[in-house]
Amino acid sequence: MANVTNKYPGESRWKGWLYLLPALLVYLLFTFLPILETIRSSFFQWDGFSQNKVWIGLANYAELFTDPKFHNALRNNLIFVIFYSIIPIMIGLFLASLLSRRPIPGFAFFRTALFLPQVISMVVVGVIWRWMFNPIFGPINTFLRQIGLDSLAISWLGDFTWALPAVGSIGTWVQYGFCMVLFLAGMQHIQDEYYEAASLDGANAFRQFIHITVPGLRSEIAVALVTTIIAALRVFDLVYTTTRGGPGESTMVTGFLIYRAAFTNNRIGYAAAIATVLTVIILIISLFIRRFQRQGIEENA
Amino acid sequence: MKYPWKKLLPRYLILVVFMLVVLLPIWGMFTSAFKTSTEIMGGPFSLPSNWSLDNFGQAWRVGRFNVFFKNSVIVTTAVVISSVFLSTLSGYAFGALPLPGKNWLFPLMLIGYMVPFEAVIIPLYKLMDTIGINDTLWALILPQVGLSVSFGTMWMASFFENTPGELTDAATIDGCSRWQTLWHILWPIAKPAVTTLLVLIFMWTWNEFLLALVLVQNEALRTLPVGLAFFQGKYTANIPLMAAGAIIVALPTILIYVLFQRFFIRGMLGGAVKG
Repeated sequence: MANVTNKYPGESRWKGWLYLLPALLVYLLFTFLPILETIRSSFFQWDGFSQNKVWIGLANYAELFTDPKFHNALRNNLIFVIFYSIIPIMIGLFLASLLSRRPIPGFAFFRTALFLPQVISMVVVGVIWRWMFNPIFGPINTFLRQIGLDSLAISWLGDFTWALPAVGSIGTWVQYGFCMVLFLAGMQHIQDEYYEAASLDGANAFRQFIHITVPGLRSEIAVALVTTIIAALRVFDLVYTTTRGGPGESTMVTGFLIYRAAFTNNRIGYAAAIATVLTVIILIISLFIRRFQRQGIEENA
Repeated sequence: MKYPWKKLLPRYLILVVFMLVVLLPIWGMFTSAFKTSTEIMGGPFSLPSNWSLDNFGQAWRVGRFNVFFKNSVIVTTAVVISSVFLSTLSGYAFGALPLPGKNWLFPLMLIGYMVPFEAVIIPLYKLMDTIGINDTLWALILPQVGLSVSFGTMWMASFFENTPGELTDAATIDGCSRWQTLWHILWPIAKPAVTTLLVLIFMWTWNEFLLALVLVQNEALRTLPVGLAFFQGKYTANIPLMAAGAIIVALPTILIYVLFQRFFIRGMLGGAVKG
């Protein structure tokens, strides 16, 4: 990268700053400083509009760690990880392994279709699935009644037991195509010789999958894990449009808890503390993704 | 080497099943938008007797989707153009120019790309009030430019780092300034990277929900996703009308996705994923 240090004759070494400055200013003012302000707010008790902003140290955090509503929301986020991450990755691996090694006619069309939920607004996804789950005329219950399972045709999104898995399965629907496409891209880098050698040794397709494909996709699986886990942890739009956290608190998640604390209950400091904890969790996981991505790039190079 | 049909057929069947799981809900919603309220009761995947656009007309005017659409177009256009322009400049600074402090500037910019919107939304509301742009479209545009240049800078920096040094050296010898080198030599070959950035920022901005929900209160300033969410609360039983609204929101991103698929997929596999 010789061009980075190459200086033009008479050029100021601060030239780069001139190009960076406009983006940096917008970023600092509207993103970075608000992050710092969120952290600062988390040490105060404040309703958001009065002059009465009281420093209370770590009290918001102390409350947070004993608040059953926060525990419940965090637990729901973790259950979402199963639906947003674990299940889609397993489906993605299964589909990718079916397709991987030889061209299938018409594959481009399948890929386009399977990736589609990734580009649609989550509010639209929520509208679509509220209709799918509609207890009276939704396709799911219509189908269940047609095959004689009337007793299963419940109000999915209004049920204390089933609302959470129902919303979670929407996440599965959004993510599995993404995982498949990611894994297929990774499989192009696994050399055919490995499979040929394994075939000669008499390894069947399943053993080849376990011993060649899965290890070969290590960095892609890591990327999929971390990106989908982050999606599960910051879920907001989908819960807002499908259940608003209900019935009761059964689909309440951390993102929605922040929204409710800040803009419904006017507890700015407390909301900021939840947001800070969520951010720290997500930052830790994001740092992992960067590491695995870098490893992936080095391996491919 | 191709599969014999005996091996191909079961693969096709499995793929078709998983594809139908994705497509049927979207297709069902699509056809619902053309139905009447009574036709909705006649089976979810029955076809409308008459492909009438009445529901779209009603959502457009009565549901005020014409207003939301206009707002979304304004916000998205402003965010996409300014973010791509600013990111090109800052990415160039990181990737190809002398930049004292680069070592701490890079992680500083990176943070914005990793934090959830929940971490910035609370002070932003207050900040917009302070600078007097609360309840204007600026309150949606500026924060989204700030968040987008974080990703955009890194995306463009990695492009500029990987351009061959000979190219810029030759431009230097020919007497090009840094500015001319950027726009005459590098910009033309940056098209794939810029297109990817463009379509990603377009999609994120068009679909963004939380900021738009919190930072404007005036109904006339809502963007499409927020408009649709409130619309759903109001017309919860009127599936045809809601389906029409949902299609108005989703169609632009679907069209751009189908046209620029290659760029979308490359960008999103590069670690850029929706929240």
